[in-house]
Amino acid sequence: MFKVLLNLKRAGVVGINRRNADYILRYNERSLYPLVDDKLRTKRLAIAAGIAVPELYGVIEIEHDIGHLPDIVNSHKDFVVKPAHGSGGNGIYVIIGQINNRYQHNNGSLLTEEDLEYHISNILSGMYSLGGQPDHALIEYRVKFDPIFESISYRGVPDIRTVVFRGIPVASMVRLPTRMSDGKANLHQGAVGAGIDLATGLTTHAVWQNQPVEQHPDTGANIGNFKIPHWDKLLALASQCYELVGLGYLGVDVVLDRELGPLVLELNARPGLSIQIANGKGMQKRLRYIDQLAETPASAQERASLAQDLCVRL
Amino acid sequence: MRQLHLLLLVIILCAAGLGLAIYKVTTLGLPLTTSEKAEVWNVEARISFRAKPETSIKVSLPLLFNPSGYTILDEDFVAANYGLAIEQDDNARTALWAKRRAEGKQLLFYRAILYKDTEKTIDSVKAPIYPPIPEYPENFRPIIQGLLDKARQQSADTVSFAQQVIKQLNAASPAPELKLLLEHIHHSRNLAKGINWILAGARIPTRIIQGLRLEDGKLYSELESWTQVYDGKQWRTLNIKNGKEGLPSNFILWQIGDQKTFSVDGGSEVSLQFSVAKTLRELVDIAESRAALKGSHLMEFSLYSLPVQSQNVYKILLMVPLGAFVVVLMRNLIGIKTFGTFMPVLIALALRETELAWGLLLFCLIVGLGLLLRAYVDRLKLLLIPRLASVLTMVVLLMASISVIMHKLGLEMGLSVALFPMVIMTMTIERMSLTWDEAGPAEAFKQGAGSLLVATIGYLVMNIDALQHLLFVFPELLLVVLAAILLFGRYSGYRLTELWRFRALAKR
Repeated sequence: MFKVLLNLKRAGVVGINRRNADYILRYNERSLYPLVDDKLRTKRLAIAAGIAVPELYGVIEIEHDIGHLPDIVNSHKDFVVKPAHGSGGNGIYVIIGQINNRYQHNNGSLLTEEDLEYHISNILSGMYSLGGQPDHALIEYRVKFDPIFESISYRGVPDIRTVVFRGIPVASMVRLPTRMSDGKANLHQGAVGAGIDLATGLTTHAVWQNQPVEQHPDTGANIGNFKIPHWDKLLALASQCYELVGLGYLGVDVVLDRELGPLVLELNARPGLSIQIANGKGMQKRLRYIDQLAETPASAQERASLAQDLCVRL
Repeated sequence: MRQLHLLLLVIILCAAGLGLAIYKVTTLGLPLTTSEKAEVWNVEARISFRAKPETSIKVSLPLLFNPSGYTILDEDFVAANYGLAIEQDDNARTALWAKRRAEGKQLLFYRAILYKDTEKTIDSVKAPIYPPIPEYPENFRPIIQGLLDKARQQSADTVSFAQQVIKQLNAASPAPELKLLLEHIHHSRNLAKGINWILAGARIPTRIIQGLRLEDGKLYSELESWTQVYDGKQWRTLNIKNGKEGLPSNFILWQIGDQKTFSVDGGSEVSLQFSVAKTLRELVDIAESRAALKGSHLMEFSLYSLPVQSQNVYKILLMVPLGAFVVVLMRNLIGIKTFGTFMPVLIALALRETELAWGLLLFCLIVGLGLLLRAYVDRLKLLLIPRLASVLTMVVLLMASISVIMHKLGLEMGLSVALFPMVIMTMTIERMSLTWDEAGPAEAFKQGAGSLLVATIGYLVMNIDALQHLLFVFPELLLVVLAAILLFGRYSGYRLTELWRFRALAKR
């Protein structure tokens, strides 16, 4: 056990306590949390700053408005319903089409109008929000993922999580939904995480259930050495989110739409540490290096370049 | 900088907490372990007499004065309608009771509670004046002279001289020439006085000390007398019966010298009786009294000054930070997942109402049934707060039925379930079912088991009697707990479970 501890230290793995004490507590001001915890606010900030996000079809804020759902979605075959304060992908319903007055859920089930309304009502009552405070439901554009991910994704949309420290990307991974994760992109729910080399945008290792894997468990396709499209643009986009909300330690989730390119899906003030497992590499060295910088470059583009530079050096 | 600040704070907290506790242990004698009891002696002097009519009454009684090796924890005087004054000088204390008129039999009491102290008081020795040779009656003079001469021949110093005198006076078959003298001494019924009177013939300074042997349940009609001779440096105590030197260890000195004596004016059929009884008292009480004697106000602000009911509440409340500390260790150091942060502490508190095994069983039973019902209610598609309220109602009904069924089965433990805080149960059911929905049953069970494990450890820690006692008597020790919690607040190392979680990274 002591050996494991030493090895983890040597590998520069950041533990939860260190993340909380040295990075989140020091760099993330509590008052800024609502900006990322409320997806509606994040979206509005992003739109104002000219950052691409999935289009918002409508917001349901009170129980009474649930009846407006058909009006909001009538011009869209597919859409996503999500809680504004949800976390970890909970409470998100992805509707991929409508058949015989039923909504087609991406997990294969058909939902009646009533089912969907009950789900929204649950969202409003705070079932998915942290601490259970009342919530809003967002209805937005369903991302059509870049076909390049077809072979390594099951049902859901892969997203690319980047940890950004003081505006400089530190580590990145692509999260690939599996049958086990029910189309969700959360590692602890069974999604596959594949580390991305920041300099090249190529996937490196992959983990599934904390074990290294080479192939996607459902499709069997190879995951490694996979070029993420629009990589440089994506990295700059992640860096840009720092200015957007001002959080020093930030998780940025981006999806790649086949027509619209990278879209910022959500931001996270307490991103998890599994990204290290996916990358097969601890973040400590880069975090410490950035921590000791007196000043960071002003432009997002420069910070993204610095990140790529650091990736080669550290 | 921040680290230094924290470190200083931790040191200050530890110093304050431990310092105060150590002061209370060493100076006030508060016990470190649970319900330590110590022997205390109740010594009582009972004066009874019949009041003479038409006469004012005055009673004087020498009181305990600095009994070396003992502390007087408490004293009280019981005498109906008598005026009481206490006279005190360097060597003695006397109680003076007075009453103008009284009728019939009178009873006066003086009671003292004594605690054996380790610190011996050393009495300052003032060299006494060497007494003049008394004017012995004509017929005794040669007898005493002979006795003293014989003793001088057989002794080396003052003490052995006095011992020889005592031996001769107490011999089983005394020399015939002493017969007259002995009769005279026994007539006055005061052997000690007689010995001192004879020793004065050799110009040896002497004095009488009086006291009691502390033997449980003993009654004395008078104080026991010992004689002390001055050997030029200090007073040496001699037994007047056999001349042996030294006081027995259980002897309390009541009075030095015999200038102040017991007397009753205006009474007949006077009797004075001493009784001694041993009782056990909580060391805490003793410490409290001693603190008061030493003029320390610390004990007045202890939790013991609260009403007993509040004391019992604090006995539990003071343990809660320890439970919280267990949660800190289990979560931040080991990394066990639980429902909520302090749910385990609440469950642990709930477990106190039952027993551990029963508590866990009942908890699992109620939460399990609650989950089933919650799953059913979920199909009715209720809003959040009505749903919580309905789960709460079901929990109460479940608790009631379990109590009734167990009672019918003759399992009395089922009744204690009623004390199981139901809101805790409801919240647990709700959180567990949410976790179930969101992260799957595996995660729900993992967190549920984690909560129960932490609650069990918390319960076991909070139920350690020794710790309960320590925190109640020394609440300042919570400062030390606080310091430890603060230290863990800056612990940025790995959690134990992370060694497992990141094990793939450690292999590279």
